[in-house]
Amino acid sequence: MPIASLLDDLYQTQSRRVLATLIRLLGDFDLAEESMQEAFAAALQQWPEQGVPDNPRAWLVSAGRHKGIDQIRRRQTATQHVQRQIDSEAFFAHDLDENSIADDQLRLIFTCCHPSLATETRLAMTLREMCGLTTEQVARGLLQQPATIAQRIVRAKRKIRDAGIPYEVPERKALPSRLQSVLQVIYLVFNEGYSSSSGESVVNVNLAAEAIRLGRLMSTLLPDPEVSGLLALMLLQDSRRCARQSATGELITLEEQDRSLWDKAQIAEGLGWLNAAMQQPPAGVYCLQAAIAAVHAQAASAASTDWSQIAGLYDQLYRLNPSPVIALNRAVAIAMRDGAEVGLTLLDQLSSHQALQQYYLLHAARADLYRRSGQMADARRAYQQALELTQQEPERQFLQRRLDSL
Amino acid sequence: MKYVALVYYQQSLINAMTEQEWHDLNQQCINCVENLTQQGHYLAGQALQPVESATTVRVRDGETIISDGPFAETKEQLAGFYLLEARDLNEALQLASHIPPARLGSIEVRPVRELPPKDV
Repeated sequence: MPIASLLDDLYQTQSRRVLATLIRLLGDFDLAEESMQEAFAAALQQWPEQGVPDNPRAWLVSAGRHKGIDQIRRRQTATQHVQRQIDSEAFFAHDLDENSIADDQLRLIFTCCHPSLATETRLAMTLREMCGLTTEQVARGLLQQPATIAQRIVRAKRKIRDAGIPYEVPERKALPSRLQSVLQVIYLVFNEGYSSSSGESVVNVNLAAEAIRLGRLMSTLLPDPEVSGLLALMLLQDSRRCARQSATGELITLEEQDRSLWDKAQIAEGLGWLNAAMQQPPAGVYCLQAAIAAVHAQAASAASTDWSQIAGLYDQLYRLNPSPVIALNRAVAIAMRDGAEVGLTLLDQLSSHQALQQYYLLHAARADLYRRSGQMADARRAYQQALELTQQEPERQFLQRRLDSL
Repeated sequence: MKYVALVYYQQSLINAMTEQEWHDLNQQCINCVENLTQQGHYLAGQALQPVESATTVRVRDGETIISDGPFAETKEQLAGFYLLEARDLNEALQLASHIPPARLGSIEVRPVRELPPKDV
């Protein structure tokens, strides 16, 4: 393989790991990024003459580290202001062993998802630093202006440095809550990819794929039932990506999807992760959501869906997280099990929730249950309310079609 | 690193306390300072008199302007501060979570800024 394509390959597969280690060794995000780029440039120059090293990643880390230290020294002589003492000899073998490298990636994602950063900043930092997307790609994915994202990342790096956010895997006591923050960011990335909050297409394949990649990485770095549960959830939801939208971009409900378009291999993989996670009860919120997705994934047709199992899973989920949105989904599952009238009574109780009154899905769910029970005038009113509350184009088209078909 | 933990709460919560509750809160704060001191994290700190006792000073165009009350009208008011020594933000946040009024109001944790060297 020519050196240039070998390096391209290495950049794709190894640059994030090299970066994660260089941040630890140099103690500075920007310096690490710059030094990593220089190390790849040096490899492109030196490897054709000197041959490819036995351990290319170790070579890149070591070269990057030297570039970084040179840079620090230049700055120090320039300003006569000692910022950081780095002993260039103290470079131990264990700095480069597989465990330390894996820990470096965990350090990086826990730092990018630190709770002292705003949620949208955690998303941007994770996509930029962990996934290696460019600022422009992050901006496109999150439907923001590149300048906004660039500014957010600059501020985040400044805060990490100035506030002393440590580059470390949280200690055992803090780990569960910090892990929740990481999983939340990964699932938000997935959802940004799955349904962009406004704009043309419902499915933005790239971010969903990035989120699944992060989920896979986390499952190797930090095996935990909720990590497996989240990965299962994303795989199962993403398995329907080809069936979710018509050729003309119209939204297709789960009920009406062509199930032969579902990705069988991905479903099998998702079920595998879910089963593994369920061996370690009690099931957490991601496992339960994955279990619900799994019931759908295993139903041969919409009519044969095991709604009583789904309603039971929503009961468990609601006990762990009594949020209005989960209450809404639970009510819909109960309606599918016990009939539209029961569901409508539950939804009426829910509509007193302030948070739900402006939520188009509450009105869409009410409309759907009225439609199923033949109360067309009520259905029409509820579809109109739902339409007023969503800006997302595919959802609007879907609601309009339903309204027209009454 | 040095961090300042600024303690904020709504004065109305304190006003609503019984003598005993106020006494207990103060004792908890004394214990908190003792613990932080023993662990070597406590550098300085002070509780403050209620916000009604505050006076604000501004100097504009060489003129000193004195006015009643705090600079900003907010629901929660500054009630005290700690100057802490901590390894990093994680440790500082963990220490701040043990400051008793964290349960009543909020604690803002900020790294200190060292002033640059004096011009010669």
